[in-house]
Formats: sequence, structure tokens, C-alpha cells
Amino acid sequence: MDDSVRKAVLGAVPSLRAFAISLCGNVDRADDLVQETLLRALANIHSFQPGTNMSAWLFTILRNHFRSEYRKRRREVEDGEGRYAQTLKSQPEQYGRVEFREFREALTHLPADQREALILVGASGFSYEEAANICGCAVGTIKSRVNRARTRLAELMSIEDADEFGPDEQTRAVMAGGGE
Amino acid sequence: MDTAETHNRKSTSKPAKLSREVQARLGQQLRSMYDDVVNQGVPDRFTALLNQINGDGNKDGQ
Repeated sequence: MDDSVRKAVLGAVPSLRAFAISLCGNVDRADDLVQETLLRALANIHSFQPGTNMSAWLFTILRNHFRSEYRKRRREVEDGEGRYAQTLKSQPEQYGRVEFREFREALTHLPADQREALILVGASGFSYEEAANICGCAVGTIKSRVNRARTRLAELMSIEDADEFGPDEQTRAVMAGGGE
Repeated sequence: MDTAETHNRKSTSKPAKLSREVQARLGQQLRSMYDDVVNQGVPDRFTALLNQINGDGNKDGQ
């Protein structure tokens, strides 16, 4: 392996992990996901075009791999999202520092499409165009997903604060589950 | 039912566009959560993995 390739791959690892943890909400699974991504990438390194963005290439592989794994798991476990949220609650130590727990939990209530778009643009620092390439969709789609994610997140965070709305749980669940 | 409607109205009556302040706060939280992981650097298992692949790929090298 070319040393510059090796360096570029290693350099992308911290951000790949952060992306993976945001996607699957579990550090151990995320690290497995990163490992599988690296193995796939290196097995197909000939298809990487030198001079293009290594990080975006790796993110694409990770994202696609996660999507196919996630679909498989979803078939195995009926309530994919619910179980995911439950995992978060039962293993808080998996998710890093306490101060991010509430935010991570709110993230779990976003549809997967919106979550990944928000993270790619808002945290990983990709442009809308790069994020669209990674997700294999139009730039406009990414923009609207990011907007909807922000709006939903703002709602979720303020709803979390107002816990006296206890009886509203049902409404909240319906609203959170509706649409994309 | 009444509560639901009130609640619904409450959240839909918010301007469609989030205030700059709210956006900034969300963005900042998102980034600090993300950077918290990024700042952990590269765990040993990945350095070892790449070294191992490197070794397998060119056994005669080095």
C-alpha cells in the first residue's frame, strides 16, 4: 500500500468513527463498522481515483455498508428505531460524555435519511454537493433533509425540556413517527 | 384530544425557519458531540489493521 494512501486512510479514521457512532449510536458497533469499511476500501483501493477526496470516498463506503446492514437488522428486529433508542438508554456509557446524551437521544428520533444528512453537513463539514454524492441523491434533497432535521431536532430538544407534557407522550410519538 | 391540538398548534405555529440563535445552538452541540469522538484520534486497532494489511500486501517489502 502506498504510504500516502495509508496516511490518508488513517487520517480519515477519527471522523469516520464519529460519523459511524452518530449513525448507529453504539461505539462498539461503530468501530466494527469502521473496520469493515477499511477492509472493503483497501480491497477496492484500485477504484479510488487519486486526487479525489479520500474522506468522501470512505464515508460513501461506510454509509452504504451501514445502510445494507441496517436493513438486514431491521428485518431481524421488528422495531428497529425503538430498539435503537432503547439501546441508547440502557448503555449510556457507550455514548461518551453525559453532556451529549440528550442530544444523541434526540438524534435517534430523526429518520435515518435526515440524521445522516445533518451530520454530514453540520458536523463532518462536507458541502451539500459532497453530501449528495455520499448519499447518492440530489443536492436539493440533502438541503431539505438538513432543514427538516434541524426543525425536528429543535422541536425534540424543547419538548424534552417540557416534561410536564407527560400525557402528551402519545402525540409526541405520533408526531415523531410521522413521515420522513 | 384538546391537549393534542393545543400541542400541535404550539409546534406548528413556530416559524418555519428556525431562528439563527436556535440553529447556532444546535449546530454547536452537534459539532461538539462529533468532535468529542474525533479528538479521540485513531484507536490502536485501526493502526494495527492497516499495518497488518500492509504486511500482507507486500511481504517482501521491509
